[in-house]
Amino acid sequence: MSVLVYTENWDNQFKKLSFELVSYASSVAKQLNTNVVALSIGALSQEQLASLSQYGADKVLSLENPDFKTFNALQYAKAITEAAQQEKAEVLVFANNISTRAVAPRVAVKLDAGFVSGCVSLPESISPFVVTKKAFSGKAMAKVQINKGLKILSLNQNAFGLIPNAKPFVSETFNSTLATSNAKLLETRKSSGKMSVLDAEILVSGGRGLKKAENFALLEQASDIFGATATVACTKPVADLEWRPHSEHVGQTGKVVAPNLYFAVGISGAIQHLAGITSSKVIVAINTDKDAPIFEAADYGIIGDALEVMPKLNESLKTFKSKS
Amino acid sequence: MKILVCISHVPDTTAKISFVDGNKTYNKEGQQFIIGPNEELALTRAIEIAEAQAGSTITALTVGGAEVEPTLRKALAMGASDAIRIDSTPKDAMNVARQIAELAKIQNYDVILTGREAIDYNGGQVGEMIAELLGVDSVSGATEMQLESAKALVTREIDGGLEVVELQYPAVITGQKGIAKEPKIPAMRGIMMARTKPLLVQAPIALDDATEVLEHSLPKAKGACKMIPADQVDELVRLLHEEAKII
Ligand SMILES: Cc1cc2nc3c(=O)[nH]c(=O)nc-3n(C[C@H](O)[C@H](O)[C@H](O)COP(=O)(O)OP(=O)(O)OC[C@H]3O[C@@H](n4cnc5c(N)ncnc54)[C@H](O)[C@@H]3O)c2cc1C
Ligand SMILES: Nc1ncnc2c1ncn2[C@@H]1O[C@H](COP(=O)(O)O)[C@@H](O)[C@H]1O
Repeated sequence: MSVLVYTENWDNQFKKLSFELVSYASSVAKQLNTNVVALSIGALSQEQLASLSQYGADKVLSLENPDFKTFNALQYAKAITEAAQQEKAEVLVFANNISTRAVAPRVAVKLDAGFVSGCVSLPESISPFVVTKKAFSGKAMAKVQINKGLKILSLNQNAFGLIPNAKPFVSETFNSTLATSNAKLLETRKSSGKMSVLDAEILVSGGRGLKKAENFALLEQASDIFGATATVACTKPVADLEWRPHSEHVGQTGKVVAPNLYFAVGISGAIQHLAGITSSKVIVAINTDKDAPIFEAADYGIIGDALEVMPKLNESLKTFKSKS
Repeated sequence: MKILVCISHVPDTTAKISFVDGNKTYNKEGQQFIIGPNEELALTRAIEIAEAQAGSTITALTVGGAEVEPTLRKALAMGASDAIRIDSTPKDAMNVARQIAELAKIQNYDVILTGREAIDYNGGQVGEMIAELLGVDSVSGATEMQLESAKALVTREIDGGLEVVELQYPAVITGQKGIAKEPKIPAMRGIMMARTKPLLVQAPIALDDATEVLEHSLPKAKGACKMIPADQVDELVRLLHEEAKII
């Protein structure tokens, strides 16, 4: 028996999310009194693979077959299923993110497993197996029971955190063959080096209250002062107006984010926007309208004109940064 | 082109959420139900494509009880050719997917469209499950979609960029914002025509639910928002550092 965690990589690197998943899997394994096996697909360095054992992976399975170089949901699902079978996995753990969302449901079918996506905490009981997930776009939580022997859980990013738990690094190569697929990857377009709104610890987000695209420079400045872990986000109308790229749009129909700090600048706080941000640890709202609903979701608020407040805030942040 | 669009019947995005039956069941009382926004866009795109390709059909499908019929009628009013309701109220995505796959096996659709996720339980499971049950390729989270006679060209969002994928039919595509610009609003003529379009009710296959919701809860209410005067941004920075300990 084991808990199998699929650890995706980005250009052959793991990121915080990968370690969060292993931390989670390892805590689930503790509940079940079993081992954690991490599965990696790609040509990763030993050092990268070993980093997974820092968070509790008892064994790392590495599928390095170059046939699996490009992501294909059907083919990845087959490989992950085979790994789960080899390791007699009882629970499988995935990230609830873009690529694993394409794979985990397929694995659930192949293994006839019960699948709960968007989990936010450890299973509250093992028998029966009950776990809590977000529902209604963050407006509620649902306690879900899995009625199958095999369980699949996908974890929301930043819902669990990191738990260092160093184990000796044990790795094993794993191989699989490609399933027949007629899907062909024609092109990959990378967006600029900026970090994804999903990975940022600090989001400086702007709404229509910023009036025009150029004024987002004020938010860029704030993000730059915070440094590499911060980036800019926006509301749906801002993306629709093409002031910002759609990849930055947060909310029910955009990205659901969970940063440590979310600045909502010139954002009214419509329910569909809030659906994307309620998992933020701290929300700061800057808005001219004292009755804007965003203040009901925020921890700190400033009633004022963003175009006046942001330059001052940027100065203040600069001073703070230079001192700390 | 023969297209199936799977439609979830979900509470409006602005709905206030509450529960009944010891927090076990979502309180439908007084709620407005809509076509899930992701599949509404997928349906809109399918209609654009079908209008340009003579002989195309679009079937709108919901697995649900009789109360979902107005939602299917809306899909018909938007431009779907016909509708099917599989008469079952499953608790689990796998069950929904199996009901749909069972029908799709007989109907030989070229393309099956779903939304990225239903906005009630945010599962994001049904589309890819159907693909796996049928053993066909899929693209999830499509932000652009061309359906040509021999192949589909689909753009999907990935972490840090976009991918363009070519698919052969049959295939499953799960759509999200971007796949169409704005959801199509039914015209009067469409609404009139929808009344006479076929809405078939089909019996479900017998299945158990792999998962079930035991209980719901509402997130903890936020404490009051601490207001800081606009001319005291230094105070905000201090609070973020010393009180929230976040910077
Ligand atoms: C099905 C559906 C899905 C949707 N999904 C999403 C989604 O995923 N994400 C999303 O964001 N929206 C979504 N929306 C749209 C949502 O309903 C709102 O329209 C949107 O969030 C409003 O964006 P906003 O706050 O930028 O603009 P507005 O609502 O126009 O708010 C602008 C705010 O800026 C303030 N303001 C004006 N001038 C200034 C100034 N100088 N300084 C400071 N503040 C100022 C105003 O007081 C106001 O509060 C969706 C809508 C629907 C129907
Ligand atoms: N009961 C249902 N009937 C038909 N289609 C559904 C149903 N539930 C979900 N879907 C489709 O599957 C997608 C993903 O749903 P889910 O996996 O529940 O998040 C939705 O966007 C719909 O397109």
